[in-house]
Amino acid sequence: MKEVKSVVIRFSGDSGDGMQLTGTQFSNTSALMGNDISTFPDFPSEIRAPQGTVAGVSGFQVHLGSSEITTHGDEPDVLVAMNPAALKANLEAVKKGGAVIVNIDAFDLKGLQKAGYKENPLEGMALSDYNVIKANISSQTVEALKEYDLDNKSKARCKNFYALGITYFLFGRSAKNTLSWIEKKFAKNPILAEANMAALKAGRNYAETLEAVVSLYTIEKAKIKPGRYRQINGNTATAWGMIQAAKAAGLELFLGSYPITPATDILHELSHHKHFGVKTFQAEDEIAGICSAIGASFAGALALTTTSGPGLALKGEAIGLAIICEMPLVIVNVQRGGPSTGLPTKTEQSDLNQALFGRNGESPAIVVAASRPSDCFEMAFEASRLALEHMHPVILLTDGYIANGAEPWLIPDLSTSFNKINHRQITKDDKEFKSEDGVFLPYKRDDKNFSRPWAIPGTTGFEHRIGGLEREDVTGNVSHSPKNHQVMTDLRAEKIKRVQDNIPLQKLTGESSGDILVLSWGGSYGACYSAVKALQEEGKKVSLAHLRYINPMPSNLEEIIGQFKRVLVPELNSGQMRDLLNCRFQCGAVGYNKVQGLPFKISEVVDAVNRQLESL
Amino acid sequence: MSEAVAYKKKDFVSSQEVRWCPGCGDYAILSSIQTAMTKIGKRREDIVCVSGIGCSSRFPYYVNSYGMHTIHGRAPGIASGVKIHNPDLSVWVLTGDGDGLSIGGNHLIHALRRNISMNIVLFNNEIYGLTKGQYSPTSKQGIITKSSPDGSVDRAFVPGSLALGAGATFFARTMDTDPKHIQDVMIEAHEHQGTSLVEVFQNCIIFNDGAHKIYTDRATRDDYSLKLVHGEPMIFGKDRNKGLILNHFHPVVVTIGENGVTEKNILVHDKHDYNLASMLTRLKAPEYPVPVGVFYQERAAVYCQQVCAQIKDLKAKRGEGDMQALLNSGDTWEVE
Repeated sequence: MKEVKSVVIRFSGDSGDGMQLTGTQFSNTSALMGNDISTFPDFPSEIRAPQGTVAGVSGFQVHLGSSEITTHGDEPDVLVAMNPAALKANLEAVKKGGAVIVNIDAFDLKGLQKAGYKENPLEGMALSDYNVIKANISSQTVEALKEYDLDNKSKARCKNFYALGITYFLFGRSAKNTLSWIEKKFAKNPILAEANMAALKAGRNYAETLEAVVSLYTIEKAKIKPGRYRQINGNTATAWGMIQAAKAAGLELFLGSYPITPATDILHELSHHKHFGVKTFQAEDEIAGICSAIGASFAGALALTTTSGPGLALKGEAIGLAIICEMPLVIVNVQRGGPSTGLPTKTEQSDLNQALFGRNGESPAIVVAASRPSDCFEMAFEASRLALEHMHPVILLTDGYIANGAEPWLIPDLSTSFNKINHRQITKDDKEFKSEDGVFLPYKRDDKNFSRPWAIPGTTGFEHRIGGLEREDVTGNVSHSPKNHQVMTDLRAEKIKRVQDNIPLQKLTGESSGDILVLSWGGSYGACYSAVKALQEEGKKVSLAHLRYINPMPSNLEEIIGQFKRVLVPELNSGQMRDLLNCRFQCGAVGYNKVQGLPFKISEVVDAVNRQLESL
Repeated sequence: MSEAVAYKKKDFVSSQEVRWCPGCGDYAILSSIQTAMTKIGKRREDIVCVSGIGCSSRFPYYVNSYGMHTIHGRAPGIASGVKIHNPDLSVWVLTGDGDGLSIGGNHLIHALRRNISMNIVLFNNEIYGLTKGQYSPTSKQGIITKSSPDGSVDRAFVPGSLALGAGATFFARTMDTDPKHIQDVMIEAHEHQGTSLVEVFQNCIIFNDGAHKIYTDRATRDDYSLKLVHGEPMIFGKDRNKGLILNHFHPVVVTIGENGVTEKNILVHDKHDYNLASMLTRLKAPEYPVPVGVFYQERAAVYCQQVCAQIKDLKAKRGEGDMQALLNSGDTWEVE
């Protein structure tokens, strides 16, 4: 029996092997048993990549532990490989000395050839660094189900539950939750339900015979803040945060979107919630997606468009329109590897510059970024709040890693939190925004935050025209006057600056001064946080400032930066935030950069900080 | 909804000075639509004009209603969002042959097929005006322009054929030289349940003067245009003695009283006949009279109504959405 603080397990097989489902069951069960967890699915970009090939491998990684878990884990301690391709694609990532459970039934000549193996890796020395468990997962599943009235193909398809059963035994997981899930899931097909349950039990029973050869893991319950929890992934959290924001503002939510990986799940999710008054419009392209949202915003909706990098590029001109028209709009960019089509299913943080600068003219948008899957709820709410309170487009950056990754989430009490957003809509009796002769002044600004009033069609006496041509302040009439353009450009910039008064101060993990300030942003929070915590435990003078508000940045950021000998900016790009900080604050920040389509490992960030500490 | 108000045309005139070239056909279209708006029974605050970029797209600035002058080609997208969010509004898209058929062609066809109940008015002058004279997707092949000094080799779109191909449920055509006809067509377009497309032959006096002359000029139009009226025979000509007949699906111009042709032989317009409408969109002068009026109208499900019905159904089935319940749904667990 091996007692561990945390363990990482990766389920891996062919796209059709049901590995996402297996991984989800494992993580749900672990969460229910009181562990902290973080998960990440890893699937191929081809929908039906050739069966048995490395390109068709689908994986799901779960990190579970008795202490705080913030990432899906650096290296798997245990790999479940359902075929040779899965072994080939994942072996390198597995911790040396870790366990590899292989389905040897799939290691026939055909399977090995498809995976590109010239020799059977189970026979040579290739696996000598690992504790290999060779299991006849396919054939044993069929054997276990021989009494069932199903064809062999259907029986073999239950093998993922057999594999899950093995892991349940090794990790001391209770099967109860999964058994009742199967019952519900296959309610319409009782034979299949029973077969899957039988496969799960057969896998468990088989694993008991392994006791002598493999160590069993026990993981204590994690010390977690009390309350009711659920699992949530970033895209669902984003969708729900938007629905709640609309409710808190007393507006209807409108989504105009075009399908694009890895953002599409937000469209899927919102399309299921029409009874919340949500309208989703699947447009003909990215441009129509944002334009329909702009139209809905003009008409009085909380308007949203969702996309990924290439889509954000297409939306650029329309974002500029929303900026010059000073309209509330939320643009969610679930970042992926670029340029161009790039790596659609892989994560990256390389759209920061595009979000900040990717438009013609001087066109500042408010930019915020979510730090982890559950934070997408809060940041979607925040993006909406800032858009509505400041009458300005807000870009919310998430990424493929946190969008698809899941973690437990302390369910907020909506009667006390996330329950109020003030918007700028006016009613027909509002006199404040009219000239002496009763003409509506659409650009008459709020004294404090410089936002303009929002008069929506249907409001008597406030008929007005806005558009993409430069306008005169106060009246909103078209103006090409040189001085006016300077005034309006300055006003738009000042308006963004004043958002600073409406966002929280930058928080710090650790001491307020020291040797290294790790300054991270967006979805790399988990790795950076865990790395900094580990270094702090070693007594190193390292603190973390994780940015969620990017344009504008919190007003105390410069002061924080000044208290450290060096600023290290880890990011999944070639140094976009680093350059921005150096440009703003001349702080000599150095970068730790990676662009491999993969999130940071905790150990990578630890090493990067240590290198900086050594060179101080 | 607010109650109807008796309007005069000046109620729809904004304070902005109209800045089209003197003699531009746009003036007549603006004036006729403003007049039509007094007759459609909609209150001013419930009307929204949306445009893209181009000469025609200045239109919303001149109409005293809610309006938005947006970006090139994208007005149908923006108008879709306005209408879907608030289906009670009367939404008008003002576009041109460059804005609507070139850069915005994709949005136009999708707005038509979805049937999002809005009125799209296409000012067709067969030229790019605001960029000062380049050939457009409706310019005649061979046209000499600033960007086609040796003649354009582009083949032209026929907007009506395009619209019917895209599944439009209403297509009409009118001309800038006939304000009364514009008004009548606009009112019919407004009354149509679904998206309407109205093509207006419009003269660009600076860059493409006379492009539509033969069938729009008062002196010649009676002989070269055909006013379509549902249920009426397709008779035209100054002397009202010419008509269209079909010879094996092939339209033929005949003279009433010659070769035994009587009024009874003349084709009767049926705006619900898709094939007839398709044929009519292809007629070109001078071989044929150019038809104007309502070519086609189809009763079809309206997008916004269906969206609202789905919401209503779901609310009836599942009740008003409860966010706290959603957060608590599925697998949850208590940590003590």
